[in-house]
Order: sequence, then C-alpha cells, then structure tokens
Amino acid sequence: MAGYTPDYVGTVTKYVFVESPSMTPGELALRAYEASEGVLIKETCFGLQVTGEPEAVDHLIAEIRTFDPTHIFVKDRGFPPGDPRRCRANLGGARPGYLGHEREFRILRYITHGLEEVERRGEEAGVPDAAPAREKKPLLDIKRLQELIDTEES
Amino acid sequence: MAKVFIYPATSLILSDLVARFGHKPLGAALGIRERIQTAGIDSPPLQITPEEPKRGLKYAAVEVPSGVRGRMAIYGPLIEEAEAAVIVTDADLAFGCMGCARTDELILFSLRQSGIPILELKYPTNEDEGVQFVAAIKTFLASLPKEGEA
Repeated sequence: MAGYTPDYVGTVTKYVFVESPSMTPGELALRAYEASEGVLIKETCFGLQVTGEPEAVDHLIAEIRTFDPTHIFVKDRGFPPGDPRRCRANLGGARPGYLGHEREFRILRYITHGLEEVERRGEEAGVPDAAPAREKKPLLDIKRLQELIDTEES
Repeated sequence: MAKVFIYPATSLILSDLVARFGHKPLGAALGIRERIQTAGIDSPPLQITPEEPKRGLKYAAVEVPSGVRGRMAIYGPLIEEAEAAVIVTDADLAFGCMGCARTDELILFSLRQSGIPILELKYPTNEDEGVQFVAAIKTFLASLPKEGEA
C-alpha cells in the first residue's frame, strides 16, 4: 500500500458558474484575476474554479458575486483543480459530477428569474401561491393513431 | 449563520442559495475535501479507506452493505452537524447505483428523524415556480438563527 501525501492542504476550492447573457467565463476570469490577491483561478467552460486560503477565497467570491449577482452561482468542490483523480485530461470523457451540473444548469434561468423577482418584491413579500398545475397533454388515442397510419399508407 | 444540510448533497443551486442567503451549506464536497486533504494510505479516487465502513457503523447496522456504511461515514457527521436541511424531492440527478440509492434513503430518513427544521421542495420547471422556489428557501433560511443568535 502506497502512502498518500495530499496537496493544497488547508485550502478550499469553489466552483463559480456563470449563466449570463452579458458575461462569458473568459470575461469573468479576467475580472476575477484583477481581484484575486493570490487565489489560484482556473477558467473552465462554465466559469471558474478558485482555490486558496478560506478567507481569501470567501473575499474573492463576495467580489465575484457583485459582477452579476443573479447570474453567478457558487458551490464547494472537494478536489483541487487539475487533480488527476478527477481531471478529464487524465480520465477522458466528462468529469465525474459534470453531468449533475449540466442537469442543474438548465434550471438556472428559473432561479435567476426567481432571484430577480424576489429582490424586486422586497422583504415583506412572502412565498407566492403555487402556480396552477399545468394541464397534461392527453396521450395519443389508439384509434387516432390507427387513423394516422391508414392515412399515411393510402 | 446556521449549518444547512442540502439534498442532493452535490446540488449547485441549493449550495448557492444557502450561501447567498447567509448560511453555511453542508454538502458532499466538505466530507470529500476532508478526506482528500488528510495524509494516509493512497486510496483513490475518493480516499475512502477501509476505515470508513467501520465509522459508518454509527449510522447503519452491521448487516447494511459496506457501500452504504462507507457513504454514511461521509454524510453522517454532516447530518449530525446540521441545524436545518433543504431537500429537493424530485432530484433525478441524485440517481446512482444501489449503494447510492440506499444511502439517499438513509440520509432522508436520518434527516427527518433528527427533528431539525426541514424544507422540502421540487425543482422549478418554469419561471413562476422559480420565484416560488427562491422565495420559499429565502423565507425558510430567514427563520433560522443568524450568527450569534444561537
């Protein structure tokens, strides 16, 4: 059994996702570098990974959020950037965890709208009533399907 | 600042909203980071060692498969630490093998048994539900004690 010596001990890594019509990950990275103060920043296709001392990362994240508050989303990451156990450069294919992010990425526009609307309504607004359930589209009737097939064949 | 367990534990949306509204999200990354940054025996890919299923005995019986106990060694301490929880009940991204599925069931059971305040939601599928989703989380988190109040 081989020994294990960890890298980046005592640091935290966070993902920054940007889903914005006015800011690309590249632009976000440039602006983040300006405010980074020693935090390691890696640009990705969806945003950034930032790694550093917890206080420095928190400070940078607070700064990054101000760039586009309702379109920038942040979460913790267990691994440091480029870790050979996770990096797709070593593994091939999508990084483990990427598909989960992709799934949630599709919902981010609703969250953005929610954040904007909640902010607009202010503190006193409570939780709005549930939207009426959408009508379910009826399934294709078997007789109608047969008619369509017959029409197609004739 | 309250410690809020999020389910799915890898959720970007929940992690962001909890942190955005001033609390600490407790997700899988914290448990994984702790193991990745601790020296010991090389046990890739997640540094889950044979010790973990033993630690998991605190949260699951000995006849429960070691895969579930090993996973609970990561999530169990986070659930113990949690002061509240936000659960998305229709999270199809939380699917996995049988070990993941059973662990997910045990996580939800443990959270509901713990007696901490829990908010259960579904992911939004349109803009109106998005407003409702965000407002519900904001209201729930606002009811939790802030830093120094606890």
